[in-house]
Parts: sequence; structure tokens; C-alpha cells
Amino acid sequence: MSEKTLTRMDLTEAVFREVGLSRNESANLVESVLQHMSDALASGETVKISSFGTFSVRAKSARVGRNPKTGDEVPISPRRVLSFRPSHLMKDRVAAGKKKK
Amino acid sequence: MIRSELIQKIADENPHLTQRHVERIVNTVFDEIIEALARGDRVELRGFGAFSVKARDARLGRNPRTGESVQVEDKKVPFFKTGKLLRDRLNGK
Repeated sequence: MSEKTLTRMDLTEAVFREVGLSRNESANLVESVLQHMSDALASGETVKISSFGTFSVRAKSARVGRNPKTGDEVPISPRRVLSFRPSHLMKDRVAAGKKKK
Repeated sequence: MIRSELIQKIADENPHLTQRHVERIVNTVFDEIIEALARGDRVELRGFGAFSVKARDARLGRNPRTGESVQVEDKKVPFFKTGKLLRDRLNGK
């Protein structure tokens, strides 16, 4: 498997090809999508993109952690984490991708 | 926030684009990520997060209703890791 890593540049290129705006404007729009999603999540909102997946913010309570190297106990303060639940469509596409190879 | 609200926000900021255009732009972004993962590729969006594919080994599962053992085949599942900037923002940093 030739594993590749796509970046903003590849998404920009896809938008550029699909819509025919300038590369610069395509880049700004890709950034805008990520920015709006980040803003909503930062304010604690759930972001639900149908047929893609759901990003939700979960609160984690404080717990005692351990430095795995030294064995020292360190307190981990309560924090918020992001969880992503892929849609069925995404799960199916990813699972099917494997069989084709 | 749902997909249509995201499209609306971007449409409001870009009055020179039609709603249809913005819809296609937003859909392209998400479709492109799904296609990349379907190929087994990673998508790394600095500051936001990274989408990747993880392999799950085959295992012996159990039907929770009947208690019967069933063979679950190895499979690939999508995975998302939150970016540092977004993780910090969630915690008000």
C-alpha cells in the first residue's frame, strides 16, 4: 500500500478543480470550513456532518495519572476532549477500500 | 452545528458565491477526506486534526443476544486525532 498523507493543499486542489475558483480563494474556503468547525467545537457545540461523521466535545474529570517513565504520580486536571464518530458511509467506504486491493 | 449551518455561515461570508457553489465546495472537502481514507491514505490538517485508517485484527466475537461465538474478520476503521491547537482551544488556552 502506498500510504500518502494529504494536507490542506490537496483539499484546496480538489476544490479548485471542482469549482473553478482561484487556488488562493479555494485555500481560503478550505480554511474557512475548518475554522467554523473549530469555533463551534471550542464553544462546546457538537458538529454533525451528515454522511461524514459527528464531532462532539466530552468533559473528562480529574484523575491521577502516572509518568510511565518514572512511575511518579501526577494529577491530571479535568479537561475537555474531542471525539469523532465516523458515519456509516465513511466506515463502509474505509472497510470496502481494503477489499479492493 | 450541522452541514447546512456550516454551508450557510460560509455563504454569508462570501456573498459573491451562490449557495450552490458553497454547497459544492463544502461537500468536496468532506468527500475528498473520505476518498483519501478509502484509499488508505491519511489526511493531516494542522491545528485541526488528522484522519487516518487503523487496522483491527480478526477476533472471536460473541452475539450478545444468543451468546454464540462468531468470527469477526480483520477490518479497517477510520480514526481521528485532534490537533494540538484545537485541543488547547477546547480547554480555553
